[in-house]
Amino acid sequence: MAMLEIKDIEVYYGMIQAIKGISFEVKEGEVIALIGANGAGKTTILHTITGLLSPKRGSVLFEGQDITKIPAHKIVSLGMAHVPEGRRVFADLTVYENLKMGAYTRKDKAEIDETIAMVYKRFPRLEERKIQLAGTLSGGEQQMLAMGRALMSHPKIILMDEPSMGLSPILVNQIFDIIEEVSKSGTTVLLVEQNAKKALSIADRAYVLETGKIVLEGDAKALMDDDSIKKAYLGE
Amino acid sequence: MSFISYLINGISLGSVYAIIALGYTMVYGIAKMLNFAHGDVIMIGAYVVMASITRAGLPPFAAILVSIVFCTVLGVVIETVAYRPLLNAASSLAVLITAIGVSYLLQNIALLIFGANTISFASVVSVPALVLAGGALTITGETIVTIICCIVIMTALMVFIKKSKAGQAMLAVSEDKGAAQLMGINVNGTIALTFAIGSALAAVAGVLLCSAYPTLTPYTGAMPGIKAFVAAVFGGIGSIPGALIGGILLGVIEIFGKAYISSQMADAIVFGVLIVILLVKPAGILGKNIQEKV
Repeated sequence: MAMLEIKDIEVYYGMIQAIKGISFEVKEGEVIALIGANGAGKTTILHTITGLLSPKRGSVLFEGQDITKIPAHKIVSLGMAHVPEGRRVFADLTVYENLKMGAYTRKDKAEIDETIAMVYKRFPRLEERKIQLAGTLSGGEQQMLAMGRALMSHPKIILMDEPSMGLSPILVNQIFDIIEEVSKSGTTVLLVEQNAKKALSIADRAYVLETGKIVLEGDAKALMDDDSIKKAYLGE
Repeated sequence: MSFISYLINGISLGSVYAIIALGYTMVYGIAKMLNFAHGDVIMIGAYVVMASITRAGLPPFAAILVSIVFCTVLGVVIETVAYRPLLNAASSLAVLITAIGVSYLLQNIALLIFGANTISFASVVSVPALVLAGGALTITGETIVTIICCIVIMTALMVFIKKSKAGQAMLAVSEDKGAAQLMGINVNGTIALTFAIGSALAAVAGVLLCSAYPTLTPYTGAMPGIKAFVAAVFGGIGSIPGALIGGILLGVIEIFGKAYISSQMADAIVFGVLIVILLVKPAGILGKNIQEKV
């Protein structure tokens, strides 16, 4: 059974239809990439999954439960975390307070401290800057913080929106290494990226979006060799 | 000695403005809206105290509690019924105009129930006046209680926001509603809580204000409400320490203006100073210049 199942969703911004009937699924343990150009609807799909937007038609199923109508703030405790586009860390809070915010739905203090230690181990940079305001971090550090904050809720699946945006090539490699580690430690990953090459290199399967529709899907390695993909997204 | 006495009176009046300004500033910080009905909640709070004492025969302390509970509920009801449906509306003007509508509604409800006549409000403060410097300086019980209340409320609120989960949720919502939701924070609930706190403080402010200036009409809340709004803008709207600084400054300027320049001109001076401050520091004393990072 698929962990996350998107069934024929249609999403509108006012009169404009952004998503024109999309279905896909994510199985437990997979890394799935959604790739496509700007405006293809990648972010809209993630927002629809986590309840920030609601679809006009279609449904979203998480572990068999219909979560289409569940408000955004109740989704986290089901085991789904979302690293939003542009990181959106809380700039006026410290790194530590941001991480605590990620554990907002969790009660056990000792467990939260344990998770923070785990996040610090994965991102030593965050521990060095734990009392610094998040707004003063560099782009790469903010991305790490956004990812660490999402991990604080102990998610079964983590949705990442353009984690490579605005980062230097070295940092992009670092961030993708971390995504692979997160995946290896047992968290399912749904990754939205414009950097198709990087995304396909770590994904198991991928879906290619164009103006609100899936135009191609399949095994990530196979897609990398696909001529139309090479031309349109990999610049070869 | 009269200078010190004016200063203390100014701080006391400013403390009331600061407590009211908190309601404006918290709501603005979190819901990004100006609740112009906030001043009228003060007036309702004062009427509830008055009615609880004179008509229901409650002791002052119980009457104040009744008023706080009443205003808390009133604030949440106003938020849910009148503002919430509009918070995501295309124009922020819609909420602003609704707030002005709610303000008139509250004034007219009070008019309907209590009439337009000025009611004298018996002070609920039973603390004796403090006589200092061999009788040259008298500090009234109301003044002492007001200043202490303000200090206690400010401290409690800052600790609440810094230390409690709900307080941290408020900070998160004020920064980024979407990201806050992704953390599992109930944004609507947090906004309602903010209104509840602001309105409870308005009830306290109503009691303090009417104890110091013992008259009550349906328009009693309007002017202090506007001045507290000025205080909030003064200090930097959205900032809690800013509300305190702005409130105290405003109170002191008003009393000094009355004492040394002209009692008729006092309000003009207050608003004149506002204009000057905004010209020099548009975001207020502690306000941040909001720069969107691209």
